[in-house]
Amino acid sequence: MAEFRMPSLGSDMKEGTLLEWRVKVGDRVKHGDIIAVVDTDKAAIEIEVFEDGIVETLIVQPGQKVPVGTVMALIRQEGATGARAIPVTAPALEGAPIRAAQEVAPPMERIARAVQGAFEPSAPRDETQRLRASPYARKLAAQQGVDLSLLRGTGPGGAIRATDVERAASGVESTASVAAAVEEPVTRGPVPSAEKPTPLPTGTEQPRVAADPAAMRRAIAAAMERSNREIPHYYLQTRIDLSRTLRWLESENLKRSIKERILPVVPLIKAVALALTETPELNGYWIDDRHQPQETINIGFAIALRQGGLIAPAILQADTKSIDEMMECMRDLITRARAGRLRRSEMTDATITVTSLGDLGVETVYGVIYPPQVALVGFGKVTEQPWVENGMLGIRPVLTATLAADHRATDGRRGAQFLDALNTILQEPARL
Amino acid sequence: MTEAQIKEVIFKLLKRIAPESDPQSLGPDENVRRALDIDSFDALNFFIHLHEELGVTIPESDYGQMNTLSEMVRYLVKHAG
Repeated sequence: MAEFRMPSLGSDMKEGTLLEWRVKVGDRVKHGDIIAVVDTDKAAIEIEVFEDGIVETLIVQPGQKVPVGTVMALIRQEGATGARAIPVTAPALEGAPIRAAQEVAPPMERIARAVQGAFEPSAPRDETQRLRASPYARKLAAQQGVDLSLLRGTGPGGAIRATDVERAASGVESTASVAAAVEEPVTRGPVPSAEKPTPLPTGTEQPRVAADPAAMRRAIAAAMERSNREIPHYYLQTRIDLSRTLRWLESENLKRSIKERILPVVPLIKAVALALTETPELNGYWIDDRHQPQETINIGFAIALRQGGLIAPAILQADTKSIDEMMECMRDLITRARAGRLRRSEMTDATITVTSLGDLGVETVYGVIYPPQVALVGFGKVTEQPWVENGMLGIRPVLTATLAADHRATDGRRGAQFLDALNTILQEPARL
Repeated sequence: MTEAQIKEVIFKLLKRIAPESDPQSLGPDENVRRALDIDSFDALNFFIHLHEELGVTIPESDYGQMNTLSEMVRYLVKHAG
């Protein structure tokens, strides 16, 4: 029997609300089917299943808010008769502590497997209702904003005692806690999830579809706080003559109907994807003190939301997409991001982020890396500037591109090679 | 098509893009994109919808003539059949 669990949809996510099931008991599902919609603090996300099988039980009801890792449904797998038949391999996270699956957001498929593997029935560490903690410890944890599931107790049988919570709350990790020693033991987030899943009273509050701005702010705050605390950023910037790319784009757009026109940011993102094929170290994650470059290039694209906040869904396999496919993909992503309908893989699979503030007057963007990624590329406004080439002074549209990168994963020279490759590609737009 | 009708279409489309805004309160010479916080993606959508509603194809090179309400009306009156 495979367990379908509340996924972690970002390093900042602690719990999620089930909005709806897209399947019912008895339905046949296969790998990749979207079976549920989950509301995080940031958006409503469509969740796909990773097993083939038949829906045996739907445990969590729409409207219920449950911690990440909670079993939400059971899938009976083909050929299996109720015995466990779960693939438990976790290629990317082999040997990684359990928390990696909870706390960071590498490709979701791997997480899903890692979560399954890590949370075999014998180790239900995430199931807070089975956590052993004294009532006073629970109360204290709720008051202090400490996530009990991240603590190892020093009491009898590993039970969490009030002193463990106090120690965590004061920022000193529990001596018994190996996992918590490397991970932040304190969660200063919204109300902690160390409670039984509480169904929302029906009739008083409908499941939200739009993100709650305050919750989104907290989610962004948590991710950015972690980024600045953990990631030693270095910044590089370069000015790029964009005249060739823009001329090429203009002639491309002349061939297209107004509906098919390409926005200038699209060739920029494509160029980032191509440049990453030359500097693959910048594409990936830093997880568990280890640099983990990824082969697939999924570019998270920061999208501002009208109600405030931002979200950076991924353009999957960006290096393989044509300019038209990428425009189509972006159009789809922006539309669904603003409508609050993104899919899990789009929320969690980004291997690098691109942010463009060129619409406004900003010339240079110094980005904050979205953990566990190791780089962020920023684009400012394209402005006409004096430019010297081959000893001739002219006026060119100039773009300032910046790279914020994680110095644990790469050094300045690699970063410089990336920006150089980016520039080279934008001088030969036919390659796009 | 009259100026008033064109304005009505513009307001309707702007409202769709920026539902929380009140496009009718825009000054005639205010920069629309800045006033309503419209990014390049929404700007393109706006031009696409203008094309659908009014049949006017706005070439990229003319985007610069569409910054304010009065510029838009002038342009669209001139080009709408």
